[in-house]
Amino acid sequence: MSREHADHEIDVDKHVRTYIIVFVSLMALTLVTVAVAYLHLPTPAAIGVALLIATVKGSLVACYFMHLISERKLIYAVLAFTVFFFLAVLLGPLVTNLDEITT
Amino acid sequence: MSSAIPYTVEARPDTGLNNVKLGIWLFLASEVMLFGALFASYILLRVGAPTWPLGAEILNVPLATANTVVLITSSVTMVMAWASLMRRSFGKYRLYMGATVGLGFVFLIIKYIEYSSKFEHHLLPSTSTFLAIYFTLTGLHALHVIGGMAVNAYFLLPGAKMWKTDPQQFTNRVETAGLFWHFVDLVWIFLFPVLYLL
Repeated sequence: MSREHADHEIDVDKHVRTYIIVFVSLMALTLVTVAVAYLHLPTPAAIGVALLIATVKGSLVACYFMHLISERKLIYAVLAFTVFFFLAVLLGPLVTNLDEITT
Repeated sequence: MSSAIPYTVEARPDTGLNNVKLGIWLFLASEVMLFGALFASYILLRVGAPTWPLGAEILNVPLATANTVVLITSSVTMVMAWASLMRRSFGKYRLYMGATVGLGFVFLIIKYIEYSSKFEHHLLPSTSTFLAIYFTLTGLHALHVIGGMAVNAYFLLPGAKMWKTDPQQFTNRVETAGLFWHFVDLVWIFLFPVLYLL
């Protein structure tokens, strides 16, 4: 086995350890999400907590499973545009409706 | 053969990426907008409704929790399938990729149980606005699961021949299929609390 190949394998081993830690974290956060739901918090607090946990879980998947933590700049640029337009689609219509929020 | 299409494995000098990686991310960006539009519809329908049911009162939270666990596990087996190829261990790749496809089936079976119990109780997309958006979002997500499984099954069986002729490109293909599969997992991570718990 060449030295380069050996280094490469060590690198993958490090990745695999990270995947296991992320997996355990995702499972734990899933349990927390469900447990919090049974606390019956007031709706705004429940939405805040649930979306916060989902965002943390989603970030873990994106950063480690999808390797975004060490990706090229061009991908970040594409995603920056995506995040901007995603938020525009999500929040744009909502701000026109703020007076009517009841549920 | 692989030289027919340039930059499938090696990075383009100007982007620093191979075209496959850039292509899948552009596709995923469009997918974010597709689901984003539906999430926006959900919010508008909800804030505009005089009352909105708690998902847990209509839907089956334990089954959906099980499905969350199934999908997260399948994301790990997917990434392990790719890591196995990086370690040049094709046998383990087969095992992990097989598990990924299998877990996809488990997800769909649980979804089927959920859907059929709704239909039995005459809870249809036309029953309420909540159920309409529930079936639209979970239905579209299930289609993505089926699509991802088809690609993964291809790379598990007939597509795996490439491992012998061009292992680097095959590893790349599996990584790309993985990016899509993780995205499907990511969408579910948001769908689950939004539809079932809030």
